[in-house]
Amino acid sequence: MFSLKGVKYKDILDINELHIPGEKITCIIGESGSGKTTLLKLLNNMISCDEGIILFKGQSLYDINPIELRRKVIMLNQNPAIFSGTVKDNLLIGLRFAEKSIPDDSKLINVLHQVYLKKRLEEDAEILSGGEKQRLTLARILLMEPEVLLLDEPSSALDQNTEKEVIEQIIKDVKARQAALIMITHSRLLAEKYGDFIIEVKNGQIFLIRERR
Amino acid sequence: MEKIIDLTLIQLASAYIFVVILLVIVKIKGIAREKEILIGSIRMTLQLILVGYLLSYVFENSNPFYTLFIIAVMEVFAVFNIYKRVKKELSLKLKKVIAFSIVVGTLVGQFYFVLVVLRISPWFEPRYFIPIAGMMIGNSMTGISLGVERLLDGFISKKNLVESALMLGATPQVASRDIVNSSFDAAILPTINSMVGMGIVFLPGMMTGQILSGISPLIAVEYQIAIMLGIVGCVSLTVFVFVQMAYKTFFNKYCQLNI
Repeated sequence: MFSLKGVKYKDILDINELHIPGEKITCIIGESGSGKTTLLKLLNNMISCDEGIILFKGQSLYDINPIELRRKVIMLNQNPAIFSGTVKDNLLIGLRFAEKSIPDDSKLINVLHQVYLKKRLEEDAEILSGGEKQRLTLARILLMEPEVLLLDEPSSALDQNTEKEVIEQIIKDVKARQAALIMITHSRLLAEKYGDFIIEVKNGQIFLIRERR
Repeated sequence: MEKIIDLTLIQLASAYIFVVILLVIVKIKGIAREKEILIGSIRMTLQLILVGYLLSYVFENSNPFYTLFIIAVMEVFAVFNIYKRVKKELSLKLKKVIAFSIVVGTLVGQFYFVLVVLRISPWFEPRYFIPIAGMMIGNSMTGISLGVERLLDGFISKKNLVESALMLGATPQVASRDIVNSSFDAAILPTINSMVGMGIVFLPGMMTGQILSGISPLIAVEYQIAIMLGIVGCVSLTVFVFVQMAYKTFFNKYCQLNI
């Protein structure tokens, strides 16, 4: 699905060759500052590489309208972005940004269950805790049903139990829709448990740890 | 109508006692501002004397080129004044947008006001054209300075939100909508506020000037209402053009945020 060849970004990333398959769970591990987030941002054109080619489904990423690309390949930031308004406003804002149709409340309540967030739709989103905000932003992008999900440490603010449950729900959703998930995680354990594909980023270089086709 | 009293040099000099009082106060209080007060007073005096001579020459030798030249100088001064007043670094693109919007916005406002509202003839009559342009450009300058400040603050403090919106597939326009609106709001608020207080809290300078020169308060008020509406229109137009173009300078061709 993604092919990178000779990709360089400043002195942060230097990737000789990398293929990320579609319809799979890919986990990216590595120490902080190794270039994991940079790699993810390259994939949805939030930053451009200085050298090399990045292909998405055989087409150069830079020939695709970036807005259209990001509506298919959605990225979740490491700091959960909460916009002013209620839980409902925050759930719907992704669909509004991407100009997609707005579902009814039952679907919203459903997606909150999926991420184990026990909040009412009309609650103020700004007063949620860090972990709750993170789950709210996860629910927001699940609603958007993207082809590819790029998650940057989606469970960093969650306790171990919640982490396991939420990640499993996301994986279930992705598999059911035959979508792809590319996820940065700090936990090697998590990567080994769920990753079909495991990539380690070390000093800006890529090492393939596991390849399960 | 009573003619205005021409101040003698001694009368004018006696007004400087206010500055002397101010100097004594800051001296006693140990506030280190003497230099600025002196420079301010001297600059004010010299600049106004120069302008006085310049205007009386231009009024007597009315000519479209003089009028346009003075407007051009005012515009250039306004543009550089904005660059100086904004305390943050401005990109070259943003500087161009500032210059474009103030020039276009004030000229459109000015010509509408002069040709359609006042219908002065000839159009370049400096006695009308120059003071009105001064008010339009001055107020637009203040508006844009505030707008630029708020826009930059917005993009810095809400960087994460803007970036997240882009990641969710938002266009730059939608991703920066809140910042743009708040910048527009900050820019036009002082003008709106001054309309609210007008006539009660203070008598505006132009009206005061006309009354002092012996013109009936009713005529002065007519002019003041017209000019105030003109200023509101001109500031809004200038700031609107500015924000509509300015937010785009924060994104590159791939719709990436580049700050």
